[in-house]
Amino acid sequence: MQVQIIRRKKNLIVRLKGELDHHTSLTFRQAVEKELEKEIIQNLIINMENLTFMDSSGIGAILGRYKQFRDRGGKVVICGLSRHNKKILEMGGLLKIIPVCTDERQALENLS
Amino acid sequence: MYHYRPGKQMNYMMLEVPARSENESFVRVVIAAFAARLDPTLEEVNEVKTAVSEAVTNSILHAYDDDRGLIKIRAFVEDKKLWIEISDSGKGIDDIARAREPLYTDKPELERSGMGFTIMENFMDEVVISSSPGKGTVVKMLKVFNKVAESSH
Ligand SMILES: Nc1ncnc2c1ncn2[C@@H]1O[C@H](COP(=O)(O)OP(=O)(O)OP(=O)(O)O)[C@@H](O)[C@H]1O
Ligand SMILES: [Mg+2]
Repeated sequence: MQVQIIRRKKNLIVRLKGELDHHTSLTFRQAVEKELEKEIIQNLIINMENLTFMDSSGIGAILGRYKQFRDRGGKVVICGLSRHNKKILEMGGLLKIIPVCTDERQALENLS
Repeated sequence: MYHYRPGKQMNYMMLEVPARSENESFVRVVIAAFAARLDPTLEEVNEVKTAVSEAVTNSILHAYDDDRGLIKIRAFVEDKKLWIEISDSGKGIDDIARAREPLYTDKPELERSGMGFTIMENFMDEVVISSSPGKGTVVKMLKVFNKVAESSH
């Protein structure tokens, strides 16, 4: 899995490409935590447009970031959700607590 | 009911890998390639890959803790049916009913959500778990492809 990180003011955009599983979930976690150390960031946008596979490791990893940002007074927004990825996040109860947008622009609007 | 007879008529595959996380994606791809002859939809392939990923990840994460054991994968095809067995010789599961409950995990500190078995049950037609503490765990799953198309004949 590749993780691309972009900053838009106080928002961190994380673009995930490839497969999010037990093997790769740590890459995602560490990439976000590294940014949190060095910058003042409030919100997180997870772009899953190019995420071709996800299992329950994705639920755990996204829930972990949700708690992390919530505890700092920030928000998490997901965009680019495929039907399959949506089903998995839904089973994990995440769609009840995390807003889903179609793309990054809409996610940024949601946060402003 | 989950049953199969691995006989001469039935095509099958067997695979053995060490319990290392980099093998998770490898096993998913192998099972998807094996299932391709049944002409599954993309959605069905994704469901099978996810269920397999859950069972293999469990063997890596829970069965052996840190010492590296082996994971065996067997799959059989017949008509529109795919049977999959994933087994380890790890520590086993004391309470299978509890393990199957949504959100139950014994590793919340590792950002596990306790949804693995729930996902397997949702995506497969049948999931049978057998386990003996200290000896290991076998997860058997059945997927029937193109169900809608078949029943409309
Ligand atoms: N192969 C196994 N060997 C030993 N214990 C297992 C095995 N598979 C599952 N378990 C036990 O069953 C519990 C539930 O498994 P399940 O896959 O549903 O959740 P999880 O692995 O804890 O979290 P998630 O799959 O959401 O990341 C595990 O926490 C573990 O205690
Ligand atoms: Mg699991």
